[in-house]
Amino acid sequence: MKLEELRFGTELIKRGFASMQKGGVIMDVVDAEQAVIAEEAGAVAVMALERVPSDIRKAGGVARMADPSKVAGIIDAVSIPVMGKVRIGHFVEAQVLESLGVDMIDESEVLTPADEEYHINKKAFTVPFVCGARNLGEACRRINEGAAMIRTKGEAGTGNVVEAVRHMRAITSGIHELQGMDDMELTARARVLEAPFEILAECRDLGRLPVVNFSAGGIATPCDAALMMQLGCDGVFVGSGIFKSEDPRRMAVAIVEAVNHFDDASVLAEISKGLGEAMPGLDIHTLPEHEVLRFRGN
Amino acid sequence: MGIRIGVLALQGNVSEHIRAFERALDALSLKGEVIPLRNAEDIPRCDAIAIPGGESTTISRLISKNRMREPLKSFHGGIFATCAGMVLVASEVDDSRVEPLGLMDITVARNAFGRQRDSCEMPIVLEGDREPFPGYFIRAPVVESVGPAATVICRADHVVGAVQGKHMALSFHPELGGDLRLHIRFLRNLIEA
Repeated sequence: MKLEELRFGTELIKRGFASMQKGGVIMDVVDAEQAVIAEEAGAVAVMALERVPSDIRKAGGVARMADPSKVAGIIDAVSIPVMGKVRIGHFVEAQVLESLGVDMIDESEVLTPADEEYHINKKAFTVPFVCGARNLGEACRRINEGAAMIRTKGEAGTGNVVEAVRHMRAITSGIHELQGMDDMELTARARVLEAPFEILAECRDLGRLPVVNFSAGGIATPCDAALMMQLGCDGVFVGSGIFKSEDPRRMAVAIVEAVNHFDDASVLAEISKGLGEAMPGLDIHTLPEHEVLRFRGN
Repeated sequence: MGIRIGVLALQGNVSEHIRAFERALDALSLKGEVIPLRNAEDIPRCDAIAIPGGESTTISRLISKNRMREPLKSFHGGIFATCAGMVLVASEVDDSRVEPLGLMDITVARNAFGRQRDSCEMPIVLEGDREPFPGYFIRAPVVESVGPAATVICRADHVVGAVQGKHMALSFHPELGGDLRLHIRFLRNLIEA
């Protein structure tokens, strides 16, 4: 095969990778042992982290990309894709994860932002990116920067699904509002949403985002995962919800099955029986402002 | 009634497969329907089943959990398998984390190109067609060896597509692009068989 005939990291290849994750659960892991548990439970991918979000909250200080030796160890341990988080705007952390062979990079508000003005130019990378969003405008800005997957921000590390629900509903209703608009009306809406006209037009015509849309941030039980699926997401990220629960192995299997049977209440009832304690939850309204992660990056 | 095509809807890019087969039916002016296949009871009611791309370890587990393994093994129609699907229809896989269905006489290696950064678009040589086919390879498997019952139909540097009776297995993702030649070949073969 002639090298000039090969095209790496095209938009189709990046978005295609994201679409292979649909109907799946992506699990946060902090070491190779947890990664193997996730793979055995049926995770479609793992997110390699230094700490899960609830521990990032406890630790405080500046949260950064994970130690490369940890990421490399997780890559060696499993056959499913490995994702990694970088700070918003920290393109050098992203270059490092790409060089390690990470399959998708999460430019994440869970870590401390490195740039309060600019996100990473994701089109400059071969590997695809996922980014958080709270509403349609934010989702479209990230897609414009090259994100191949969007996830709700939710409020990570709280075990409280309320923000993920809010963000999922905001994106959906934002798209509903576009339908039936002509191009003039859409131009006006693009100014309000601070989002590119072309991407909004795609959303209007498709009736959905032009990339895969996952839910994340506060999903702690099989029913939480099924709720997000019924609200129309394509799959879920589970952060602290698995390895901070009483029986991670069983919780991991149960959430994978809940996503598979998201619209079958009798199966969900069966799956949810006797799982032990879910992760301890946090009341979002009592969080001091500097501990609220979802307002980072816009 | 026409042809009923079920797209195995456990995990993966199901909707792209549904759309591609709907377009292929239209292109051949065939009557039929394409449905997401979620229950084991519906397997024998299909004329063809597509096994989409996704994570083969995940889909393999869910096939067992949903008691679809035996109905798929005894399915009499045609199977159209891409990427993870190819891993699942193989008789042998280089990785014990996946339990293949053994529907085709091929040995498959998972993630043979490497990681996502090695995923690429590349033209493929299609047997019996002068026009190269646009191949979209995403953490793709390859066929390591082809037994006497199967026939190679696509090559790049490796064997990336094979047929056997009504079945077709591909390393890459024709459902992501607009070229329907392989879908059409699969459907023509299904009707003639």
